[in-house]
Amino acid sequence: MALSHLGASASRSSSLLKPLSSALSLRRPISGDNSPLTVETSVPFTSHQCEAPSRSVETNPKELLTFFRDMALMRRMEIAADSLYKAKLIRGFCHLYDGQEAVAVGMEAAITKKDCIITAYRDHCTFVSRGGTLLEVFAELMGRQAGCSKGKGGSMHFYKKDSNFYGGHGIVGAQVPLGCGLAFAQKYSKDETVTFALYGDGAANQGQLFEALNISALWDLPAILVCENNHYGMGTAEWRAAKSPAYYKRGDYVPGLKVDGMDALAVKQACKFAKEHALKNGPIILEMDTYRYHGHSMSDPGSTYRTRDEISGVRQERDPIERIRKLILSHDLATEKELKDVEKEVRKEVDDAIAQAKESPMPEPSELFTNVYAKGLGVESFGADRKEVRATLP
Amino acid sequence: MAAIFQGVGAAAALSSSLSNSFDSKKFVSSPCRPFSVRKGASFAVVRSDGRVNLNPKGRRAQQLISNAVATKSDSAAASSSSKPGHELLLFEALQEGLEEEMERDIRVCVMGEDVGHYGGSYKVTKGLAKKFGDLRVLDTPIAENSFTGMGIGAAMTGLRPVVEGMNMGFLLLAFNQISNNCGMLHYTSGGQFTIPIVIRGPGGVGRQLGAEHSQRLESYFQSIPGIQMVACSTPYNAKGLMKAAIRSENPVILFEHVLLYNLKERIPDEDYICNLEEAEMVRPGEHVTILTYSRMRYHVMQAAKTLVNKGYDPEVIDIRSLKPFDLYTIGNSVKKTHRVLIVEECMRTGGIGASLIAAITENFNDYLDAPIMCLSSQDVPTPYAGTLEEVTVVQPAQIVTAVEQLCQ
Repeated sequence: MALSHLGASASRSSSLLKPLSSALSLRRPISGDNSPLTVETSVPFTSHQCEAPSRSVETNPKELLTFFRDMALMRRMEIAADSLYKAKLIRGFCHLYDGQEAVAVGMEAAITKKDCIITAYRDHCTFVSRGGTLLEVFAELMGRQAGCSKGKGGSMHFYKKDSNFYGGHGIVGAQVPLGCGLAFAQKYSKDETVTFALYGDGAANQGQLFEALNISALWDLPAILVCENNHYGMGTAEWRAAKSPAYYKRGDYVPGLKVDGMDALAVKQACKFAKEHALKNGPIILEMDTYRYHGHSMSDPGSTYRTRDEISGVRQERDPIERIRKLILSHDLATEKELKDVEKEVRKEVDDAIAQAKESPMPEPSELFTNVYAKGLGVESFGADRKEVRATLP
Repeated sequence: MAAIFQGVGAAAALSSSLSNSFDSKKFVSSPCRPFSVRKGASFAVVRSDGRVNLNPKGRRAQQLISNAVATKSDSAAASSSSKPGHELLLFEALQEGLEEEMERDIRVCVMGEDVGHYGGSYKVTKGLAKKFGDLRVLDTPIAENSFTGMGIGAAMTGLRPVVEGMNMGFLLLAFNQISNNCGMLHYTSGGQFTIPIVIRGPGGVGRQLGAEHSQRLESYFQSIPGIQMVACSTPYNAKGLMKAAIRSENPVILFEHVLLYNLKERIPDEDYICNLEEAEMVRPGEHVTILTYSRMRYHVMQAAKTLVNKGYDPEVIDIRSLKPFDLYTIGNSVKKTHRVLIVEECMRTGGIGASLIAAITENFNDYLDAPIMCLSSQDVPTPYAGTLEEVTVVQPAQIVTAVEQLCQ
């Protein structure tokens, strides 16, 4: 059924935009069901060298409620990480993803766990959407044994091999050639899967990106390069860093699509389209127009290079969670109370995970030397006279 | 001049050849067996400036050359005209190793500039593209940073790429990928990913190639945790190390040398690999331990000839494994001779020799009778002019002088 277009109105009130057919629809339980729903994306897609997909996205109540829950979980997780950092339980670098949740959630909805995702250092939420647990997240952030990298990676090095999440990389732009390598391996093994290599608007100016794109296009690799454009490369606005901030067009011969990254359904549609395209025609660039509420990292207040009005403006008009909330309420898929309960539940989950993570011990000192080398071909490192074993490299 | 050794593996031959004493007095009287073996074999000698000399002067020279190395063929009954193994050049040995591994494991692929249709700038990958196809032998554009990154990304999923830098010096562009992603991913992912990649290429000072094409990258890479570095020097160990590197789960950087590609040697027909972490005993001795690797091995062996004539008995070890050092072999040698000379091609500052000095001093200080001497290349960009280039690297005469000084 065609539904009314949800405008990006400033209204946060709970007054519902009742579509014409709502009087006939029955109240569905909070768990939702799979009956199809078609929603239009907030803005049309802009394309470069390809035909944009349709604005109407197929979804269902269950999916929408899952979106809401997942995004609320991610939001809560990031805010909790913020407090943990200020309490000095998380040290070093901590890059938060709140505001950009729709990209992680929408992408996951369009693909399978066999497709690969690789991203940069703003990876907490992508890790969770790939199946990582909250305990693994918080334990890793606090450097504990229960962390996904046993406490040895930190905020910027989350990985989950069994669901093909390849991290988690600190050096800006270096993950894009890695991502094209993943796509190469997929093509080599004839997997019919794709790789999403995520990077930011700051990394979009790295040369290795264009090198990798060239090779991917030459060899027809199923690589999808996703630019999460939050408009700021740390403190530098995109117009100050890029002569051409139309990142989706930067591929030149490689087709591109510009997507509203705050609309989870638009992201889902674009990723679905991109996967089909990449499997047939080689690489494609997706530009997700998104925004981060926090600064670049915890040591950046985020307000020296942009105004607080801008941040709150985006929060009011384009917040991804609010958008899904309005959608759910307008279709009577759940009551406001039910949604608030979900948020409370999620909050509790996060608090429990933090408490559990705090219990996890720090790594043993011997862990310093494990995983430097992989086992094989005589990697026992003896002392000088072979009598005293200095380290058994596992 | 550097000589070609027809041995089949120094380490294995150690026990058998120890009985052949290398005492200079016994030289003339020792059986000239090796000479008859070499009937029909073209004996090419690579001079230090790269010129190839066929049939060098005199039987005596050949005797000395052959006996300067621990060889199995000396003691074996060499009267049969059909010798075991087959003869080939070093680049062919590398190619053979690579081909055998690609046949053995479908996950092995090769990436580099001009490795496919062109056959490789030093012919190491010749014929492979025709045999295995374009998806397994990949011609990349000139983009070292990204294709090394792609190799690492592919290795994360389980493929076993062999990435070739046309010249090792070009891999400086990929330093970030090699250091941060290749070396560290196994650690930062808590052991989830292994990176079974091999990064190889020719380096070292060549024939007037100029400063930027004569780089020795082993000194820059040696600090990176998580990688292994090996340097091959003979066709035998080139093939063995190539195969071992491909089979290893760790990222391995295999350093070849531009001037050694045309070395000829007889290697076994059967499958063999060389241990990545082991050093090679080239010439056992009593008076002084000379540690070397890659091309300098041949300068050392040439100096050894002179030294033997002068009455010294140097023990020559090709360390092969640049990271980690084989301190077991090196330690045993130091305990025997009590004097160490390191001869290397990289620069003095921050080079392999510098690390080796530190390692030996830390572990074996009590066994040393004299301070360790290290002969390295000069700390200058390699000049183009031939005479200057010769002076940049260590020459046999300097090695002889150093040993004499050390053994006073």
